[in-house]
Amino acid sequence: MAEKHSPLAQFEIKTLLPIHIGDADISFTNSSLFMVIALVAISVFLIMGMRKGQLVPGRWQSMAELCYEFVASVIRDTVGNEGRRYFPFVFTLFMFVLFGNMLGMIPYSFTFTSHIAVTFAMAMVVFIGVTVLGFVKHGFKFFGIFAPPGVPIAMWPLLIPIEIISYLSRPISLSVRLFANMLAGHTLLKVFAGFVPALGALGVLPLAFVAALSGLEMVIAFLQAYVFTILTCLYINDALHLH
Amino acid sequence: MIERNKPDSLTDLDDRLRRLRERKDGNKPAAKWDDDTRGALGVAVRVGVELVAAIGVGVGIGYLLDRWLDTTPWLLVVFFLLGAAAGMMNVYRVMSGMSQAVGYSAERKGSAENMRDDDDNAPRET
Repeated sequence: MAEKHSPLAQFEIKTLLPIHIGDADISFTNSSLFMVIALVAISVFLIMGMRKGQLVPGRWQSMAELCYEFVASVIRDTVGNEGRRYFPFVFTLFMFVLFGNMLGMIPYSFTFTSHIAVTFAMAMVVFIGVTVLGFVKHGFKFFGIFAPPGVPIAMWPLLIPIEIISYLSRPISLSVRLFANMLAGHTLLKVFAGFVPALGALGVLPLAFVAALSGLEMVIAFLQAYVFTILTCLYINDALHLH
Repeated sequence: MIERNKPDSLTDLDDRLRRLRERKDGNKPAAKWDDDTRGALGVAVRVGVELVAAIGVGVGIGYLLDRWLDTTPWLLVVFFLLGAAAGMMNVYRVMSGMSQAVGYSAERKGSAENMRDDDDNAPRET
């Protein structure tokens, strides 16, 4: 019973379809299931929304266009016009994180963005991709970002390690931020929901609190997807324009 | 009549296209809500993790180097301090420039924007 009602039980990975290749365990889990659901939901949302492609959009179409416009404006504001060619990647990332967070708000569902394995994998894709992009664009001049201009050479032995640590901390902060926010928010919701039956008639109070908190969680879910996206754009911008 | 109308609507279209393009480069209308609401919330959410992540990376590097070179506490101490410095620099960058760029990005971004403004103004004045 204690296990079933634990606030952390919602994050448990359950194997739905065991698959083992050699030593690698690539079983289909509830986490994978919700990633597939997110992909299907995004595809249905966008493809069905834009199927008619009317000049004056209906409700569904304007929601799909809103997502597109939103990501496009983020890229335009942070990277500028050169950022357009990275739109597909950034848009995919944004929709995947957003739908992952939002699907997690449905009761009894699983939030795959609350696992560091998932968010860290996404952050590493961004990190490695951006580093490769920087090298492709600038060659070895890319190392110049570790030595800021206008700094006396005497300061370099101190500044360069700091800059390298700062650069290496990007994937960590990117992934930890998303996973920690989702984990903390969902745990908090569950803890307060646990007070509702425990308090009997007084349980109305935590119930109201949970309702308010759910609204806050929706904002956080969107905000985290937004922050993940804008940071990806900033990193792309850094790789494209060295100072 | 058709011939007289046609250039009109074409120049009109040109005007509208130019205005749209200016908006895209100058990013003024979209940026407002950005900076006020979303930006502030975004910064609030970001700051704490930046500090911790950089310290974590510093400690990690120090610990691994220590194990490799057998210098046990020293590199860990040095890299912890470097990590803390990097974390504070990250926080400073987030707060000042909304940018994560390594180096002095806030100044660079400001000058880039000024340059872009000049570019926008030039064709309008001539």
